Amino acid sequence: MKPVLEVRDIHKSFGGIHAVRGVSFDVRPGEILGIIGPNGCGKSTLFNCILGQLPPSSGEVWLEGERVTGLRPSQLNRLGVSRTFQLLQVFPKLSVRENLILAGQEHRGSMLSRLLGPGDAGLTPDADKMIAFFKMQHLADERAGGLSFGQQKLLDAAMAFMAGPRLVLLDEPAGGVNLTMLGNLKERLKAINEEQGATFVVIEHNMDFVMSLCSRVVVLAEGKVLAIGTPADIRANQAVIDAYLGH
Amino acid sequence: MIPPLARLWQPAALVLAIMLLIALPFGLERYGIYILSLWAVTTIAAIGLNLTLGYAGQISLAQGAFVGIGAYTAAIMTSAGWPLLVALIVAIILCFAVGWLLGYPALRVQHHYLAFVTLAFSTLAFLVFRNEQWLTGGIYGIFGIPRPTIFGFSTRSAQAFYYVCLGALGAVSLMAWWLVRSPWGRAFTALRENPLRAQSLGIDTRRYTLMAFAIGSAIGGVSGVLYAPLVEFVDPTPFSLVLSLNLLLMVIVGGQGFFFGPFLGALIAVLLPEWLRFTKGYYLIIYALVVMLLLIWSPSGILGILDEALTRRKTRRASALRAAARPTLDEGRAP
Repeated sequence: MKPVLEVRDIHKSFGGIHAVRGVSFDVRPGEILGIIGPNGCGKSTLFNCILGQLPPSSGEVWLEGERVTGLRPSQLNRLGVSRTFQLLQVFPKLSVRENLILAGQEHRGSMLSRLLGPGDAGLTPDADKMIAFFKMQHLADERAGGLSFGQQKLLDAAMAFMAGPRLVLLDEPAGGVNLTMLGNLKERLKAINEEQGATFVVIEHNMDFVMSLCSRVVVLAEGKVLAIGTPADIRANQAVIDAYLGH
Repeated sequence: MIPPLARLWQPAALVLAIMLLIALPFGLERYGIYILSLWAVTTIAAIGLNLTLGYAGQISLAQGAFVGIGAYTAAIMTSAGWPLLVALIVAIILCFAVGWLLGYPALRVQHHYLAFVTLAFSTLAFLVFRNEQWLTGGIYGIFGIPRPTIFGFSTRSAQAFYYVCLGALGAVSLMAWWLVRSPWGRAFTALRENPLRAQSLGIDTRRYTLMAFAIGSAIGGVSGVLYAPLVEFVDPTPFSLVLSLNLLLMVIVGGQGFFFGPFLGALIAVLLPEWLRFTKGYYLIIYALVVMLLLIWSPSGILGILDEALTRRKTRRASALRAAARPTLDEGRAP
């Protein structure tokens, strides 16, 4: 089966600093791939290179057999690649529902039809379904800026799924979220993965979260791939234990 | 649940304001009607700037220049015998195209750098108005700009032309309302609040930035097309950088990013100095102090104060409801 995402020999340098050094891996349809590694190992830089937010110094990114290196983030999103950010990136002055509508509207019709069509681009029912799926019904009309940190994280994740993406890249979704909310988030991600066959790539420091959610894990260290394997393989890998997990 | 009466106050206030605007000229003299017409024309220009700056977050010090382009288009064309409607269409297309081109620097620079780029354009436009005498009449300007006849009705009188300005304000307001309630308005807000996230949601920030400039500028042109027959004379002075700064002040004082912000801002910028005339030589000093105090008190403008109060009330109500209901989510940050 053709991989959803192929990352081929990506390098990224900032002056004399080599943040990413020849990283290659692929993401299979319907899998949840985790990317772990110590701080500064190049995880977020790699994400930004894949998503067109940073041009890689060299290397290629392929999406379902189509070369997408250098495409703008908006173009990649319209091809079905969605993401969340490490830091909160919701639109504080819009309500929860409006944030979700915004996340899906650019996938509906042409720019002109969006101007002339209904104000919600016909997305209110979809947004309400997503709100219900993430159990945020009581917050639907609240401004996103007024939500708690954990609720905003949940909204951020929900926004990534509004357009029915082929691939979702989640950058530290568990960061700063308490245990109850984390359980809820994990349960929702698993449900989307199982019910819709959605494919995820997850960067995360929370080992329990990664090991219980992901089917395979890529370990980065100093900008290079240290190991790729199932959570069990990674736990048992001596190089990974030495470099990251510890004893 | 919002009580039905509370939901009705906004449309009721709007209907009252419209009725007042229709009735006002009957109780005013010619100068008073002129000031009201000027308010309507200025509000249109401020609505355009509010789209560019308030909604899309792109600073522009060139709105006055687009009013000038619209005014000169109307002056030149109507003096040559063309109907004002044709001049209006030409001005809209011209300002849209120039505004689109002016938006390109915004794709590379932001904030005060963008302000300087637009300021440079404003200066350039002023120099064209002043120096290209063959086209604009130079410092002598263009006299005797006719007011239009619409469906056989002359709008020569101050009152008749006031209703033309009011009608145009109504039409522009409706279009702007439609725009800000559409997905475009939401995309403009996303562009203003977080362009990086907007891009990741598939929003073509380049195209929306250019659109924000182009539409805002075209609305500025509409304002200019009305200004020329209102004053019946155009010269370069009213379209200097001072007008752009004044329009910026209107948008900020009224509340940028609020639909009715430009209406209030223009009310303060156009009418307050007139109301303060009884203070004789002090009126501009008092006006400046009022504006300074207002912005110190509420940097988000008059409607910002109202919005904050409403948000606080809504948050309190929602918190109370949440506290009363069984929580479905544990809220809060990890320790």
